Amino acid sequence: MTQQLLKNRRLPSDRPATVTFYDYCSKGELRFQACADCGEFRHPPRPMCPHCNSQNIEWKAVKGTGTLYTWTIVVQALDKILVDDVPIIVGIVELDEGPRQAAWILGVAEEDLRVGMKLKVSFEAVTDKVALPQFSPA
Amino acid sequence: MADSMSLRDRACIVGIGETEYVKGTPKSRLELALQASMAAIQDAGLNPQEIDAVELPNGSAGGGAAGDLAANLGLGDVRFTTSLQEMGGAQCVASLEVAAMVIAAGIAKHVLIPIAVQWASGPSARAFYEQQGTGLQSVETIRDYYVPFGVGAPAQHYAWMAQRHMSIYGTTHEQLGAIAVAMRKHAQLHPKALMRGKPMTMQDYLAARWISKPYRLFDCSLENDGAAALVVSSAERARDMKQKPVYLSGIATGHPYPPQDIPNRPDILTIGLDFAAPAAYAMSGLTPSDMDFAQIYDCFTGQTLLQIESAGFCKKGEGGPFVEGGRIELGGQLPVNTHGGLLSQAHVNGMNHIVEAVVQLRGDGGERQVKDAEFGAVSGWGGHAHGALAILRR
Repeated sequence: MTQQLLKNRRLPSDRPATVTFYDYCSKGELRFQACADCGEFRHPPRPMCPHCNSQNIEWKAVKGTGTLYTWTIVVQALDKILVDDVPIIVGIVELDEGPRQAAWILGVAEEDLRVGMKLKVSFEAVTDKVALPQFSPA
Repeated sequence: MADSMSLRDRACIVGIGETEYVKGTPKSRLELALQASMAAIQDAGLNPQEIDAVELPNGSAGGGAAGDLAANLGLGDVRFTTSLQEMGGAQCVASLEVAAMVIAAGIAKHVLIPIAVQWASGPSARAFYEQQGTGLQSVETIRDYYVPFGVGAPAQHYAWMAQRHMSIYGTTHEQLGAIAVAMRKHAQLHPKALMRGKPMTMQDYLAARWISKPYRLFDCSLENDGAAALVVSSAERARDMKQKPVYLSGIATGHPYPPQDIPNRPDILTIGLDFAAPAAYAMSGLTPSDMDFAQIYDCFTGQTLLQIESAGFCKKGEGGPFVEGGRIELGGQLPVNTHGGLLSQAHVNGMNHIVEAVVQLRGDGGERQVKDAEFGAVSGWGGHAHGALAILRR
């Protein structure tokens, strides 16, 4: 479970559901864990559906379009490995299908950031097994 | 007796103690916790041997296991011990609920509640980046779904909430600044405040460096070492003890949903205190307008604003205008954090907020005393917006 460092990114852990999430990303697919019985998303992944208490899992694809829910602009690199990247805009993106995920927001000037602005996903490969979703204006 | 009233005025805070608050100490957390515990026990007029329950708001990380406290203080007959978890900084206020239950149930007579912190000498709260996971879902969520994107520290993921508030309600940087400036003013009047002697204007606040927008340096609380402790006893006993009793009239805890992840809450501005506050007021029979002061868990300015709203002092979204114009300063409508808070006194996980509420209700606030203070509210916040509210009266 050792947290790995690669270039200037901290990689997610090797928990099975986390591996699945980022492995899909590395194939260019944004999929979220969902209930195989009632169909509700449950992100971040967890063992049981809070809607129907099923423990059956599927991974549902989303279109990769959504809106900006909120953001922060990391200016001070509290995590020193980001010292060459800051400032970075780290948004919470609400996918059109419902789940929300943190991600870098690219291609937007700070003064143009708006709650509700339309975004679309792309992926930044960091290893052959892990890619990080990132979003830019749709 | 209605369920919601079952703990009203059953327990009193009868002793308070604090160490000095410093940045860097050679003392262990246990040594700090013992020092604050002895101060609180002496303040209560008790001998250590009379303590028969030990409650640890931050588990053994707050100074030691209950057994460590017992072995040093000489507690030969401890009837109840417990630790709180998962609610982070809300656990000091939450510990009052457990103490009141233990006392009301007749399990113990005098409950000691100590906490020590080493935010300066030990690992920083900013060190989430290096945590390998504790098995708690919240920590795994941070590590796997925030940290790869550069968001791992409270200043950053709590900034998401502040930005959302600014975007949808029009809250301004100057309104966040009004909170920081008020806390700093109050700290000038407290001998144990780390920021005493370092006054701050709005210009100073706005000129400070960015940490994670919308948060600047002085939107963020202090990192220091120190300890504080309480002794809680039954109301019947308290009336014959050394200090004027401070009654716990209402107490409740509440949780955001889902608790372990911020982005996927239906509304990230709905916090644990939204659930806790109505229950605490209902238990007390009092309302927000009855409060003579509020000690709000000010880990960051935006979180202070959210709690002022959720504790019922203004409507949702109106926190920005509410904190302007000196309203939350001493002499204003609702003095907030009369000791300087986590922003300008010290970060003791909010135990210092409870201590200050007791000081005010005893009338011992000196030049920062809220005139005729009769009722006060103390909030706790932690672990991704878990909340607690205590309603205290003299």
